[in-house]
Amino acid sequence: MALRTPLYDQHLAAGAKMVDFGGWDMPINYGSQLEEHHQVRRAVGMFDVSHMTVVDVDGSEAQAYLQYLLANDVARLKTPGKALYSGMLNEQGGVIDDLIVYLAGDGYRVVVNAATREKDLAWMSKQADSFAVNLTERSELAMIAVQGPLALELVKSVVSDDRAALISDLKPFQGLPSGDWFIGRTGYTGEDGLEIMLPAEQSADFWQTLLAAGCKPCGLGARDTLRLEAGMNLYGADMDESISPLAANMAWTIAWEPAERDFIGRQALEAQKAAGDQPKLVGLVLEERAVLRGHQKVIVDGVGEGEITSGTFSPTLGYSIALARVPRATGSSAKVEIRGKLLDVRVVKPSFVRNGQSVIE
Amino acid sequence: MSNIPAELRYASSHEWTRLEADGTVTVGITDHAQDLLGDVVFVECPEVGREVAAGEECAVVESVKAASDIYAPISGEIIAVNEALADSPELVNSAPYGDAWFFKIKPSDAAELDKLMDAAAYGASI
Repeated sequence: MALRTPLYDQHLAAGAKMVDFGGWDMPINYGSQLEEHHQVRRAVGMFDVSHMTVVDVDGSEAQAYLQYLLANDVARLKTPGKALYSGMLNEQGGVIDDLIVYLAGDGYRVVVNAATREKDLAWMSKQADSFAVNLTERSELAMIAVQGPLALELVKSVVSDDRAALISDLKPFQGLPSGDWFIGRTGYTGEDGLEIMLPAEQSADFWQTLLAAGCKPCGLGARDTLRLEAGMNLYGADMDESISPLAANMAWTIAWEPAERDFIGRQALEAQKAAGDQPKLVGLVLEERAVLRGHQKVIVDGVGEGEITSGTFSPTLGYSIALARVPRATGSSAKVEIRGKLLDVRVVKPSFVRNGQSVIE
Repeated sequence: MSNIPAELRYASSHEWTRLEADGTVTVGITDHAQDLLGDVVFVECPEVGREVAAGEECAVVESVKAASDIYAPISGEIIAVNEALADSPELVNSAPYGDAWFFKIKPSDAAELDKLMDAAAYGASI
């Protein structure tokens, strides 16, 4: 029996095509993935992300614990509600999961992936043994991501004045509580938007309110093409426990300073960095009439081979894009094998679209 | 429910065929197939003049989700391809039995059509 979010009936009512995602019965689209994608880039759309796992970290050693658990440094979070993105690594420097952590009062709120929930919670609990810290999974919360250039205005128009004021004051990558809600100006689309955590029993009414205000429901299909255009990694596709953050375009999430901060995986990462032999995650652009897909082989003349980790047709750009892991010495061009043919691709920074516009250099 | 026009004949690989008055056969993919594929973004049609055998790969449909081979439902010569699909691949989603035909075949053995499924049999198979 697949798990269902509190919004399951709303999805069926909106005509969703449901698929299994990490054990959850989730909407892949509500008709057209392309239209949903454009809706978010051009206006506003909403996603049910209630399957994601929310864990509150409290206790006198909450900061010390997360400083040891994560490659990024939560001591960088200075203002209330400020968030950061980090890898949670194993001792070998492989990525157990990627996550967002918000500074929440005296503690922290961590949001991890749905498909990795069990191993994440087990790892987090194990590491918590030596710290004065409490971990509380908040499975009673639903989460709705409202994304797109009109997202903030639309949400403000349907919530209380207090919440609208809070949203107006939120900085990008900041999330704050409002009563029993938590509103974060975060997302996974490359657009402005909000991720709203609220008690499950309120979520269907809020979803209907957003729908009535013109917010279109969007499925996991559009979520994937939006995040890929934005150059955001998908755990399990672009990195996993066998991949270093250095090989996953996550070097910027490793806080090397202060040098005396020990975190899990640090030694392994330092050795990798010194060796300089990790492959790199790059962007690929194919302007021919074909589509780059995960696991296609990438050939770099005179250098070696790599592999596409995520690929798609980019609805915003009108051609195909991909993330690929290739040898570090790869330059600005490569070839991809598609159905027995070698097609030329451009190698670019792994970010393609932000705020509705191409950012390919 | 998928739309399965009664007057067409179908391959198990989800192509439909229509026997035209001049003896040629028009080929496309079914409503069920386009629904499985999702939004279509590219269609690669065969070259006009190519001889194909029944069951041979001869076109490719790329949707946002996946690439899918299209097979010749019968043997013969490709005598026309639908140029409109190059610029408007979304027709495959909106009009699978109409504007989004893929190619026309001049059959080398018209009896092969009889081996294809009728609408009832195709409907039962999906």
